[in-house]
Amino acid sequence: MTYDVVVIGAGVVGSLTARELTKYKLKVCLVDSEADVAMGASKANSAIVHGGYDPVPGTLKAKLNVKGTCMMESICKDLDVGYRNNGSMVVAFDEEQLEHVKLLKSRGEENGVKGLSVITGDEARKLEPQLSDKIVGALLCTSSGIVCPYNLAVAAAGNAMDNGADLKLNFKVTDIKDDGDKYILTSEKGETVESKYIVNSAGLGSDAVAALIGDDKWHLTAKKGEYMLLDKADGKMVDRTIFQTPTKAGKGILVTPTVDGNLLTGPTSEKTEKGDKSTTLGGLDKIKSTAVLSVPRVDFRDVITSFSGLRASCDETDDFVIEISEKSKRAVHAVGIDSPGLSASPAIAEYIVELLEKCGVKLEINEKFNPKRISCSHFRHLSNEEKNEWIKKEPAYGRIICRCESVTEGEILAAIRQNPKAMTLDAVKRRTRAGMGRCQAGFCTPFTTGLIAQELGIEETKVTKFGEGSELLVGDRK
Amino acid sequence: MLKRDIVIVGGGPAGCAAAVAAFDAGTKDILIIERDEGLGGILRQCIHNGFGLHRFGEELTGPEYADRYKNMVIERNIDYMVKTMVLSIEDGKDGAKVVTAMNSENGVFAVEAKAVILCMGCRERSRGQLNIPGDRPAGIYTAGTAQRFINIKGEMPGKNVVILGSGDIGLIMARRMTLEGANVKVVCELMPYSGGLNRNIVQCLNDFNIPLKLSHTIAKIHGKDRVEGVTIAKVDERLRVIPEESEYVECDTILLSCGLIPENELTKSAGIALDNVTKGAVVNQDRETEKDGVYACGNVLHVHDLVDYVSEESDIAGKAAAKYVQNGCKDQETVKTLNVEKMGAVRYTVPQRIDVHENQEDVKVYFRVGAVLKDVSLVVRDGDNELMRIKKRKVAPGEMETVKIKGSVLASAERISVSVE
Amino acid sequence: MNIGEKRELVCINCPMGCMLTATMTENGLSVTGNTCPRGEKYANEELTHPTRTLTTTLRVENREGKYVPVKTNGPISKEKLFEAMKVLSDVKVTAPVKTGDVVFPSLLGEADVIATGTVD
Repeated sequence: MTYDVVVIGAGVVGSLTARELTKYKLKVCLVDSEADVAMGASKANSAIVHGGYDPVPGTLKAKLNVKGTCMMESICKDLDVGYRNNGSMVVAFDEEQLEHVKLLKSRGEENGVKGLSVITGDEARKLEPQLSDKIVGALLCTSSGIVCPYNLAVAAAGNAMDNGADLKLNFKVTDIKDDGDKYILTSEKGETVESKYIVNSAGLGSDAVAALIGDDKWHLTAKKGEYMLLDKADGKMVDRTIFQTPTKAGKGILVTPTVDGNLLTGPTSEKTEKGDKSTTLGGLDKIKSTAVLSVPRVDFRDVITSFSGLRASCDETDDFVIEISEKSKRAVHAVGIDSPGLSASPAIAEYIVELLEKCGVKLEINEKFNPKRISCSHFRHLSNEEKNEWIKKEPAYGRIICRCESVTEGEILAAIRQNPKAMTLDAVKRRTRAGMGRCQAGFCTPFTTGLIAQELGIEETKVTKFGEGSELLVGDRK
Repeated sequence: MLKRDIVIVGGGPAGCAAAVAAFDAGTKDILIIERDEGLGGILRQCIHNGFGLHRFGEELTGPEYADRYKNMVIERNIDYMVKTMVLSIEDGKDGAKVVTAMNSENGVFAVEAKAVILCMGCRERSRGQLNIPGDRPAGIYTAGTAQRFINIKGEMPGKNVVILGSGDIGLIMARRMTLEGANVKVVCELMPYSGGLNRNIVQCLNDFNIPLKLSHTIAKIHGKDRVEGVTIAKVDERLRVIPEESEYVECDTILLSCGLIPENELTKSAGIALDNVTKGAVVNQDRETEKDGVYACGNVLHVHDLVDYVSEESDIAGKAAAKYVQNGCKDQETVKTLNVEKMGAVRYTVPQRIDVHENQEDVKVYFRVGAVLKDVSLVVRDGDNELMRIKKRKVAPGEMETVKIKGSVLASAERISVSVE
Repeated sequence: MNIGEKRELVCINCPMGCMLTATMTENGLSVTGNTCPRGEKYANEELTHPTRTLTTTLRVENREGKYVPVKTNGPISKEKLFEAMKVLSDVKVTAPVKTGDVVFPSLLGEADVIATGTVD
């Protein structure tokens, strides 16, 4: 079969684009090289929905960030994804930084950001009592928020699938042939997918994918950002996202609550090789020493995990590159989607579809499109009465598997069963939070691997952490 | 709403012992709530022997020790629920406590209790908490997780193993995995002394020629998908990695045995004060927390070396909870409260305070020191007045110490301190 | 051991882990550092014929995925631990099995293997 559109890369941008396309009568296929969606930058970033005062006015980044941020709340509501409009501050430690904060305000206003004001250090501390005494002023932004980035991608991909899209995982595109009417995509494993149009949203691999079509003018560099996540006990340290003023020395380290109630600090920013997601002693030390400048009481003894994510930084431009292929007019590339890519993602998806229409894709409304999806972890948000109704119907909801995050067997089963099916330990973890708590999966791993094996009908020794090669067990005892 | 005199949160060794003690002290309307499939807690997976010498005068394996207590619970017809998770403990009417729990059969339900005993045990420190830099592949487990895989599920988590931390579970797993055919290459211990018992170093490491490297840590984890190796490095006296003294060790599995943390999230959410050092509740000699009628015992209160001591402590809590219920949900009249002050090398004491009553009984104070010390004295003082001095050849952070303070002494004391000097 | 030769040992009988010093004398082994008689016995055995209690689990053949914990009901020769594990790797138990049941008699002629847990 020939798809109308194949979307390469199932991060937030690809998944939201696939979903956007299912609003029309189109046969859509979403492919990804990994064993789950959201395995690239979408799973390890600051999880911030930025106000939009950072990008230079007139750029795509500025336009799509401001628009995407406005769309985020309603999309997250439709998709049952964690989002909170918590607001943010950019704090300044001296007069020079305060000048920059004022510049950000005027830049933001030019970009059309609402809810910006410059406040004094005392006003900032009144709003956020844990802020350092050394802060002399801040940019307050009331329109920014926090979101669960990987579940946004999971939910968008799942909703696209519920509306008819196909998902092919472990499909690393290594060859693209264009026969004039359609493309033939071949994966590393030799599988093929045929499609009339292509969306290239392959994140760090999008330069390589573009080159397969002959568009070889972009080059991406991986920029590693390391993070440290703290226990929920510290989640109320600040209510807003606290940025430091960018200086020549760097962008600073942010301190923010997450939608799940933890406290997140980071990121560092270092050029590295694609694929290097290690954390480093130096990186972690830098986070520790820098975060406390703005929030001195952050207690790093409460760290429950550290991780790093790779951002796709384009060597040729600071802006997003979202454009129709020069070599063949039936492909749209989204290259170099680094910050504020998450914030902009709903707007990027719409923009890509506009470009596809220009390429010739007919956008005929799909009346059956259902914008809503219920998350596999919806159970936890129910009242006790509602919970009891669910447990009556499915007793597995009454059994807690992950004690730290109170995740039930019912939620884990739902994660494995609903689109896009969670087939690895980490996929279950991202969707349900089983293993994301303070014991970091010490207690629940043996239970979760058992459930995955049972549901997928495979040997437990075949269950992986995040795909082939990451098997959790080496075999039976004998 | 379901009503019970005593609700016990957790059916491991602490919960079972507390239930039996409370029952035997005359308060029989008890409910134990256990999250796992059966009573016994973590002992169910501790198949090795070495338990019960103090308690039963014989050497038992973990499951045998657990069975003894399970049988005592069953003989007494004490009610228990398994596969049931306690979600919260809140204040009810007239000093009662409302315990909300959930299971498949009953859904979310509440039990009103006159007294609650917290017996939730502890968890292991994870890789994230240890902040080990490097890749994030599969094959990194806490020793207890590996133990569950092997002993309960019959699955091998790895073949070539490096163990970080010389806690007892790590040592036990070094032997267990070796006997199952794995190659345990080295055990690294950050501190200059081992965290486990000497006997376990002998029978789990020395017996199999597994090297124990003190003052060493894992400086970096290598491997994109599955663990491929680790960089182990010596640390200086401030526990910082010395990069020049590092080596690469190939392995597919890392086991972590770097300490246990009491599981006190329920305790905290119930508004009960915790001790910064033990990470457990602050209690008096009855193991009563700062909330009347709520008791804590076992590893949720502070991490014990031996399950035998857990049982001993749970006896105290169980008996006291029974008395509290029999006394009309009131504590015995307190004449005065003495905070047990820590001096010298003493890191913590349990109990942290002593509520002195009329005809006060003797009180055993448990404590740990912060470093390995030789030829020391354990000293108990009332202000500047020395009450007791016990000479010890050696004290170590891995070994709990005790001193018994006479009731008559407490009756006249004003400021009690425990010191190691 | 020759007369006058000394060995340092850690007693593994109980959690105290007494540091023992065993010295060979004309009248046999002299042990110091022990706090109970078991220490002396241990030192003698450890230096002549060391033994260990073996604990492991056995598959329960009529209960899918279930294992029962077992132990030798007395210590066996330390040097035979791996051989014993090899023998036991093929042994399966049939449920129901109760704590204390002999599930494999006379392991290598040294001890019986008994269940330390119950599988109904």
